Amino acid sequence: MSARDEILAAVRGALRDADRAEAPVPRGYRGAPPPADVVSLFAERVVDYRATLSRCTPADLARTVRAALGSAENVLVPESFPVDLGGVADADDLDSCDAVVTTAAVGIARTGTLVLDHGPGQGRRALSLVPDVHVCVVREDQIVPGVPEAVALLDPDRPQTWISGPSATSDIELNRVEGVHGPRTLHVVLVGP
Amino acid sequence: MPAFPAAARAALADSQLRRNLAHATGTIRAKRAAVVAEVDEWEELRLAGAAIKDNTLRHLDEHLLTLEAALQERGATVHWARDAAQACEIVAGIAKNHHVDEVVKVKSMATQEIGLNEALAEQGITAWETDLAELIVQLGDDLPSHILVPAIHRNRAEIREVFRRRMAAAGRPAPDDLTDEPAELAGAARLHLREKFLRAKMAVSGANFAVADTGTLVVVESEGNGRMCLTLPEVLVSVVGIEKVVPTWFDLDVFLQLLPRSSTGERMNPYTSTWSGITPGDGPQEMHVVLLDNGRTRALADSVGRQALRCIRCSACLNVCPVYERTGGHAYGSVYPGPIGAILNPLLKGVGVDEQTDSLPYASSLCGACFEACPVRIDIPEVLVHLRSQVVDAHRGGAPKPEAVAMKSAAWVLSDARRLTFAERGMGAAGKALNRFGRAVLPGGRRAVRRLPWPASLWTGARDLPAPPAESFRAWWRRTGRR
Amino acid sequence: MKVAVLVTCINDTMFPDTGKAVFRLLRRLGVDADFPEAQTCCGQPMVNTGYLDEAVPVVRAFTDAFAGYDYIVTPSGSCAGSARHQHSLVARRAGEPRLAETGPKVYELSEFLVDVLGVTDVDAYFPHRVTYHPTCHSLRMLGVGDKPLQLLRAVRGLDLVELPAAEECCGFGGTFAVKNADTSTAMGADKARHVRDTGAEVLVAGDNSCLLHIGGLLSRERSGVRVLHLADVLASTEEDA
Repeated sequence: MSARDEILAAVRGALRDADRAEAPVPRGYRGAPPPADVVSLFAERVVDYRATLSRCTPADLARTVRAALGSAENVLVPESFPVDLGGVADADDLDSCDAVVTTAAVGIARTGTLVLDHGPGQGRRALSLVPDVHVCVVREDQIVPGVPEAVALLDPDRPQTWISGPSATSDIELNRVEGVHGPRTLHVVLVGP
Repeated sequence: MPAFPAAARAALADSQLRRNLAHATGTIRAKRAAVVAEVDEWEELRLAGAAIKDNTLRHLDEHLLTLEAALQERGATVHWARDAAQACEIVAGIAKNHHVDEVVKVKSMATQEIGLNEALAEQGITAWETDLAELIVQLGDDLPSHILVPAIHRNRAEIREVFRRRMAAAGRPAPDDLTDEPAELAGAARLHLREKFLRAKMAVSGANFAVADTGTLVVVESEGNGRMCLTLPEVLVSVVGIEKVVPTWFDLDVFLQLLPRSSTGERMNPYTSTWSGITPGDGPQEMHVVLLDNGRTRALADSVGRQALRCIRCSACLNVCPVYERTGGHAYGSVYPGPIGAILNPLLKGVGVDEQTDSLPYASSLCGACFEACPVRIDIPEVLVHLRSQVVDAHRGGAPKPEAVAMKSAAWVLSDARRLTFAERGMGAAGKALNRFGRAVLPGGRRAVRRLPWPASLWTGARDLPAPPAESFRAWWRRTGRR
Repeated sequence: MKVAVLVTCINDTMFPDTGKAVFRLLRRLGVDADFPEAQTCCGQPMVNTGYLDEAVPVVRAFTDAFAGYDYIVTPSGSCAGSARHQHSLVARRAGEPRLAETGPKVYELSEFLVDVLGVTDVDAYFPHRVTYHPTCHSLRMLGVGDKPLQLLRAVRGLDLVELPAAEECCGFGGTFAVKNADTSTAMGADKARHVRDTGAEVLVAGDNSCLLHIGGLLSRERSGVRVLHLADVLASTEEDA
């Protein structure tokens, strides 16, 4: 018998006498009242997790992103990124790039999270990982109240990266330290009307 | 590995360890409490998490088949492993097919449980741990002592020493001027591991969740080492315990709230990666998923114990456990320490086989703090008591241990009030003598005993024992005619 | 209302004063309670150590002793918890469903006073500096919350000081105290230190088993702190002072 058949048989054997009726799953959390001001909560929580935040209008976006990039020279700008910054769309040697700019698919207010689904303007997953600076542009109308709303919007068939603040660790005495393997600087540009 | 009481005694004698643990668990407890208090619907989320997991376990065979089909449809190869040896063989075989002699690893409890690194080493393949704490443990030739923070027993000065002495042999050495500042230590790990990430051809991960209907695997992490492993190498092998399945993508809305707040005490961990098979042009173009049993179906067969398979490995129960706080994780002799380890190990391995495993269900005062903190409501005290009865039952029939004799005698006395009355008269006589000669006097005037022979010395080794009263309650009740 | 007192085996044999205090207190509150003399033990020592077969005759004796009462009051969170939550285990083991029927009628003392009798001021007098340790089973198994504190706050003359890390286990844990004596005493030593830090004269709790352990450590340390059951404090009046 294959390991597969053995395991399936063992599962069925283990459940032979079990009650297999489905228990009701309480889903009231999905209707939890949203925070009064979703956008300012998002802004507050992003900063709380040590990301830098800039807010601007669409007209100001190019200038704000350039300011966020500071002195970075070698900048990755994925295809379909809304602003023309020069830079390259992708590179073989990502480690030699100083910074990356991306858009995002969703922002989550309660947790200060950005979700990238690596669609247009976001590039493949490694782009927003290897360079030391990540500038992420998210529109106010992309912010949802909490995790349930984000999960409902996102497409599981696309790879996703959920980002909450810069790379961090709590492995030394459980004190949070920013900056391990991912970008040590996360700059969020929040675009309002 | 010695049984828990002996291993605990050694740990309790290590005052540095006690300080490190008290500091770390105290910190994380406060953080968890604060972020849990923010969520009004926390109790409902716990109920939802428990119900989803229970429903999944009740139809685990069907969900596993759905998961297998979804993964295959999206380009992944699915393997099944009955035990540790099979799982390790599968992973080593994939490495050999690709002629790699090193792999990078995302922190994963399943691969630790099966001893994958050691098994790969035997085949000439080096597995590099890339999580900071795992790196500290691996470089220090140490053992993990916590599910989430395997090097929780080490403080910053000890970590600096490990890096300075051991990093060079494994690759890029630590900087000469390395201090014990956590940010500098993290920076040294960044430099040391980056060259490994950039050259690795194969990565091994676990998964926090496996979504059956979409074939999505989820890895929750903080440092970005997971993202490196999941996206840079060409080949990715994920070893996934069969209990990690959740039925649908939408069920993640519960667990992605419960897990980060319960584990690191954050609203959300820095990075969560989800992927459903192969994405052309993005990440590994060859993927394997090893579905691991290794005792899980044994645990599933236990009608009381199966709730332990809800566990999402957050380690909240470790952080609130007064026993764990004092003994640390090594005393449990397993990669799964603390309250969850005290039930999971016996459930996975079975009781009545070795003394060490049999000692684990007793490594608890049954205070219940673990159940209160568990995000999926595993009633750990209930399972502990249940497993204790299995341990006792497994030893029935042989030569009775002194404990069994004592329990049988106590039960005989306590199942009949007349026998208890008789025993109390004996105690009262002893009490009269002790009240005259007892060395210690308790505040309030009662005499107490300082030293008794074994087994009572287990009590009086550290604690005075009040002398029994000359008259029991029931004797007083009869004498005064209160009845 | 037919009320019985489950004195508990440990109070019966080691702390008879606590049993007497419960009766004195209940009588003062107008409750005429019985002490069914057939009572022995709730079976918890056997159940929690894994000896389910051995627990069966003990729980049977418990069930027989307390048949026919509406309320069973006990000065022990632990024994109340065991009766309410563990007798069903023993009943299943024995194949005797009736063994699970009495457990739900068991009330820990502070629950009975506050929830059933509806009193928080029991007209007690205890002019001492007191700190209170909420025992694990009363806190987490029964969920008595702040009921013992409500009762203590109403005691005249009593100066209640907060215990640091109050909700952390003292390390007693029944047979845990001897099976894992080193860990148990390490936990207890921290509890004793917190008690000493309060400067209280008296440590009060709702379980004499936990107090046997903490008190034993406090005595070994010659701390001078006295341990007393909640019932002993609530039964005290001006005449005792």
